[in-house]
Formats: sequence, structure tokens, C-alpha cells
Amino acid sequence: MNTPSLFISGGLNLPPPEIKICFCSLFFYFFSFCCYRAMKILVAVKRVVDYAVKIRVKPDKTGVDTQNVKMSMNPFCEIALEEALRIREAGFAKEVVAVSIGPSQCVDTLRTGLAMGADRGIHVETNSSFLPLTIAKILKSLAEVENPGLIFLGKQAIDDDCNQTGQMVAALLGWPQATFASKVVLDKDKHVATVDREVDGGLETLCVELPAVITTDLRLNQPRYASLPNIMKAKSKPIKKMTVQDLKVDVKSDIEILEVTEPPKRKSGVMVSSVDELIDKLRNEAHVF
Amino acid sequence: MMMQRLRRSEEFIRFGCESLINLRPNKNSVPRSVSGFVTHYDTKGKLFESNVGNHYNTHRCLGRNLGMLQQYKCFGSSSASQIERKPLFSSLDSKDVSSFKEILGDKNVVEDEERLETANTDWMKKYKGSSKLMLLPKNTEEVSQILQYCDSRRLAVVPQGGNTGLVGGSVPVFDEVIINVGLMNKVLAFDEVSGVLVCEAGCILENLATFLDTKGFIMPLDLGAKGSCHIGGNVSTNAGGLRLIRYGSLHGTVLAVTANGNVLDMLGTLRKDNTGYDLKHLFIGSEGSLGIVTKVSILTQPKLSSVNLAFIACKDYLSCQKILVEAKKNLGEILSAFEFLDNNSMDLVLNHLDGVRNPVSSTENFYILIETTGSDETNDREKLEAFLLKSLEKGLVSDGVIAQDINQASSFWRIREGITEALQKAGAVYKYDLSLPVEEIYNIVNDLRRRLGELANVMGYGHLGDGNLHLNISAADYNDKLIGLIEPYVYEWTSKHRGSISAEHGLGVMKANEIFYSKSPETVAIMASIKKLLDPKGILNPYKVLPHSLFSH
Repeated sequence: MNTPSLFISGGLNLPPPEIKICFCSLFFYFFSFCCYRAMKILVAVKRVVDYAVKIRVKPDKTGVDTQNVKMSMNPFCEIALEEALRIREAGFAKEVVAVSIGPSQCVDTLRTGLAMGADRGIHVETNSSFLPLTIAKILKSLAEVENPGLIFLGKQAIDDDCNQTGQMVAALLGWPQATFASKVVLDKDKHVATVDREVDGGLETLCVELPAVITTDLRLNQPRYASLPNIMKAKSKPIKKMTVQDLKVDVKSDIEILEVTEPPKRKSGVMVSSVDELIDKLRNEAHVF
Repeated sequence: MMMQRLRRSEEFIRFGCESLINLRPNKNSVPRSVSGFVTHYDTKGKLFESNVGNHYNTHRCLGRNLGMLQQYKCFGSSSASQIERKPLFSSLDSKDVSSFKEILGDKNVVEDEERLETANTDWMKKYKGSSKLMLLPKNTEEVSQILQYCDSRRLAVVPQGGNTGLVGGSVPVFDEVIINVGLMNKVLAFDEVSGVLVCEAGCILENLATFLDTKGFIMPLDLGAKGSCHIGGNVSTNAGGLRLIRYGSLHGTVLAVTANGNVLDMLGTLRKDNTGYDLKHLFIGSEGSLGIVTKVSILTQPKLSSVNLAFIACKDYLSCQKILVEAKKNLGEILSAFEFLDNNSMDLVLNHLDGVRNPVSSTENFYILIETTGSDETNDREKLEAFLLKSLEKGLVSDGVIAQDINQASSFWRIREGITEALQKAGAVYKYDLSLPVEEIYNIVNDLRRRLGELANVMGYGHLGDGNLHLNISAADYNDKLIGLIEPYVYEWTSKHRGSISAEHGLGVMKANEIFYSKSPETVAIMASIKKLLDPKGILNPYKVLPHSLFSH
């Protein structure tokens, strides 16, 4: 608030037109600063089978057995939420909203998110398991309602390894995306985020204008633990329940999962006694030539 | 696959130095333990030396080798004077070696110096024997034949399993023949209805746990050494561990052992059997001095899906006790572990282990780990949270965190299970394992701190739920002045408060002469007569468990 007077009292005797321009730029600065301060971050979290659990395929091959199996928040989603919390603590954002799409038990995952420090949660309740495109459509509708400045997602879920949702959300919204983030730096003035991405050849640095979608990779941060005082506070934080119909999203999927099987068990090797036997096996059993 | 990459990269970040070890090519011999302890054991001898700082690794023992006949005691075990080899025992000769080769075959009679070196040294590198022969029997008959031969020739033997004991009970004192049951590692039977597991004594505890995991069961015991210790050794030493508070000691869960010289087949799978004196209890905890355990039949528990772990900080020991009482009342049937550690232990772990961080943001005087295991996830979670929040309001707990997934839980356990490892890295360590009334447990730590002052760092941690303190004194070097201040002060203190000088580690050779601090002379005399009955020539694990004075005939 002091900046205009400082500028004038800085000892520069500028003629009126330039002062007017300065005021405009200052006004823009405050406007964007206020926008920044009011920025909301939306974090999508997924409830998955805990990554330390040995999974088994259901006998009817329709999917993985999730009965009586420990479920927890997708590790990449934890990292995404942690990054959002750090940005809020640095003063760049006002509110962190965690959203989860799935059955009623997703509330547990949201409670974990709230216990870590998110301000409120949104639960889109559904008993079907949606593929990434549907999730992306739901997140797009939510973004149009909530108007966040940043959407954070984990780079992929450890149950389906799709690595698609973040990219699809960005495309549907027409927003820039920075995926596989290993470092995120926000710039107060220019309203951009500078993101280091982990790519096959090393690291790539991108500058994206906000609002943007960022998906997080492993080395971005180490998520905090849910401490008791925060768990206590989380009990009073609101979780809004919504349905797919509320968001007017078409959930019909073009993809149908036919079968889920375990990878073939590795067969033990065979010792061959001569080169002829080797050629014979390569030709007739392995069909190499 | 993503999960594997995540796991590996997690390990890289979070378990720092261990990841260097994980990158080694052949890791499939021993499965990686959650606590990370196994990397220590499966390369014991070689890799261990590269981890430990030089001042510890100088093998101070070497300077005091006074020849084969006198024991290679490195330093401060009990204040008893040097043990002398009993002249009654015969010495090994080539005829013995060839007889053993006839019984076992050439491959399983080991005279190779390098392998004997590791077999002769205990895990703490505190005790080193000078055995010239190690035998690897494959089944009970071979064990029986070996022992009958040794009995006829009056050759002393040492039964050995995973060699992870902490009181020098698993290594030879002089040149006893080592009988290592490592090759007897088959699971014989598992009944999915009753949960009874029958296996050979050489099965590694962690392998059994993995096997049971696929069937939906868990072992009733869990300890830091699970990556290397054998179930036979656990039974012989009546190992306690982290789950004793919930599942009880091995006296309750082991259904039978077969021990031998003469094969005593007590192997049964019945839960209840009141026919005569229950002899298996003699062998459980006898530390190999009454017979060698060759097969074990143990009752396992169904695996319950909901496991929750909380790590909390308290200001003083009185709060810890109150929390214990409240936990037993409020968490009752789902409480499965209650461990505590003090600030010195936490500092040690943070300084010496990589990839470990303090889960609570503040440093307090005491930390407690509470684990609950039950069948209903939401219910258990709510119970644990309600209990902790109530304790927070009452002021018993100053801060705490609840693990949100298995990964966080294992990082909490790493802190508690890693203390022993950190102690080894910190330099010289004197270990004591005491059972005391819960109110008194921390008093001995404070008294000893006052007594030792600047000389050493005293740490107290352990199974608070069972009243078991692991008292450890860490110093830069071993020295006699320090041992003189510690012993017999610790034993006398324990005895005065009617505690036990060995809660779960056993007596081994370290405390063989100290048994009188916890048991009356009449009791010990009866123990000696039982020993003479089952092992008249005294060849089984001599110089250990019972005082030497009783056997000077």
C-alpha cells in the first residue's frame, strides 16, 4: 500500500503523464497480487491399493482383488498435495481444495488430505470406476465451478499407471500443463510458474502461465506426516458431496476392460547339450527363425 | 512396472546408504526386510566392515589373542575372570573329521578358514571362538548321529542358527564343533484351518513370515533380526520381540520341538495336550544347552487387515506410563505393539542412519510407538484417533503423528528397529536387557547417567508394554574402567528391584555367572541337575547359561 507514495517521494520529479502510467502499472500489480493471494489450488487425490501390498488378480479376471486390502492415498497424489500446501504456506495461495472421485470410502482419503493440511474437500460420489478421460471431464467441470489458479495431480496412479488424467484435464480446459514436475517455483510478479520436468534425457525447464495444470513426480518433495493437532482440526473441515449429475458430465466410456490377468510366470531355463539342439529349440519352440 | 520403480526410487531417497547395497547384483538370497536390518546380516563379516567406522573395526580382539586354549574375549563381558577350556573335552583329530564326512558327506563338513571366521564371530563382534570345524546336517537323523558320535568322543559342540544372538551364546568359546542347522530350512506342513505351521529349525523367520503372508497368516513373533535369525534359534532362546504384548511368548505359541542326542520326538500339532510333564518348555529358552531343536511346530495367527501405527512424543516418563495404562484400557483388544525410546536413542538414529527423519516436529524426551491390529479399518482408526486426541487434551501427549500408509509405518518402525544398528555404528556398546516393574524402568537409566557422567552415552528403549528395557551404553572405545562402573552395578540394581537381568536375550556366555542375581541358588541347583540328566558329559554348548562353578567336576 505504501508503494505509490514511496515512488513519488523517491525524489524523482516526474511529469504527470508518467505518474499516471506508473499508477496503472501499480494498480495492475496490486490487482494481480490480490488475485494471487486469493488463488485457490485444486488437488486431485485418488484412493488406491497401498503400494506396499502384494496384489492379486480376482479369479474371474475382472480386476484386482481389493477386498480386505489396505487402501491409501496414491503416493504421487500425496506429493501433489504436499506441494500445494507448501505453496499456500509460502503465501502464494489462499486455499487448498482436495477432491476425490469414487465410492464412499474415498472420504477416508480426503480426511487424510485434510489432516495433512488441506482446507476443504470435495467428494464426487460414484460406485463405478472411471477411466482417465471421464475423471478429466469431471475435474474440468469442477474447475469451472471453483476457478482454481493451479490444478495439481500426481503424475499417475499406481493402480492403473495411466499417466493421462493431468494431460487430459489441461487439454479440456485449454490450460498449459507441466508434467513430471520435480521442482515448482512460482513467480509473484509475472503470474507464471517455472517447472523443472523430469524427462528421459534429464531435466527440462518450462515456464507456464497461470492458470495451469501441474503433475508431480517423485523427487518433488517428501510429504509431511498427518500430525495429531491437524487430525483434530480436520474433523471440522467440510467435505462437500457432489454427484456426477450435479456436474453435468457424460460418463459414458468408449473403453471396456475385457480381462485382467497376471503376467505369465517366468519359466525356468533349459540347459541344452549341443548347438544342434539349440538351433532346434530356437526354430521349433521359440519360433525365432 | 511403476510400483517397482517407485519402490526402488523411494528406497534410493529414503534409505540412502542402504540403496547402495540394494544395487548389488544378487539380492535374491535373502528377502529384504522392512526394517532394512538384513542388509547388515546377509553380508556379515564382509560388507558390515565397510559400513562400520574404523575405530570400531580394528578387531581389538586380535591384540589379545593369547593362543587357542584361552578364550578370545575382546572386552568387558562379565566381571568374571577369564574362562579356561575344560581339559575333559577332547580335541578334534583327523579321524573325527573323516567320521563326520561319512555321516554328512564331504560338502557339509566345513574346514574352510573364511567360513569358519564368520561362524566363529558373533553378530556384535564381541565374542570370537576358535573352532576348526563346522557341520551342516540336513535332517534330524544326521543331527542325532553327529551328537552320538560327539558324545562318545567327548567333543564339545555349539548349536548355531542365524548367529544373531546378543549374549555370545551362538559362537564357540574355544574350539567346540559348530553344528549349524542352516540347511534344514524346509517348511514341512501348514494347516490353514488351525494355523499350525510345522517347519525345520533352520528356516529364517522372515521367509516364514513371507510364506505365511501368502496364506493370510502371520508369525506370532517379530524382531529386528528377522532377516537372518532361524526359528530354531528363536525357540531355543525364547525370543520375545515386538509382538509379545499381543500374542504372548513362545512358551505359549510353540506347540512342540524335537530336540536330541537321542531324538526326542515331541512334535505334535495339538493346541491342548495335558498328558504328563510338558518337556518342550525345558527346551524353549534353554539356549542349546539341553538339546538341539530340529523341528518346530508353532501356532500362527490370521493376518488382520487393519494395521495402524502412531508415533507420539511425551515430556516425561510418568506420562509414558499413564499412556500405557490408558492404551491398554482404550485400545484393549486391538493393541499389538507398545514400544518406547528416549531422546538419546532418537538422536543416535538420526545421526547414524540415512534416510531417517523424526516424524514429530518437536524434540521431546520420550517417544512411543503404538500399533493396533484389527479387522475393521474404520473402527480401529477411529478408536486410535479418539484415544490419542483424548491423551493430547489431557496433556499426556505433547505431539504425535499417525501413519497414513504402509510406507510411513515402515519408516516409523525403522527408527525403533534401527537403534541397534545405529549403536553398532556409533562405536563401542554395552548392552543390557532387563525386565523391571514399569515404574522403575527409567530410574535405572537416570541413575546410570549420573554414575557415568561424561564417560558414556546412556540410552534406554524397549518394549514398554512388557516391562522390558534395553539399556545400552555407548562410548567411543571399550575400556575396563567403564565396565567396572557399569557391572555389577546394573545387575545389583536389577536384583534389588526383583527384576530379571535378561528379559529376552538369554544368558549365553555374557551372563552365565550372573544368574544368581535373578534366580535363587536352590532353583539354579535343580537346573544344574536337569542339565546333568540330559547332557551327562556336558558337551552341549558348554560354558554358557549356567554358572561355571557348578560344573567344575
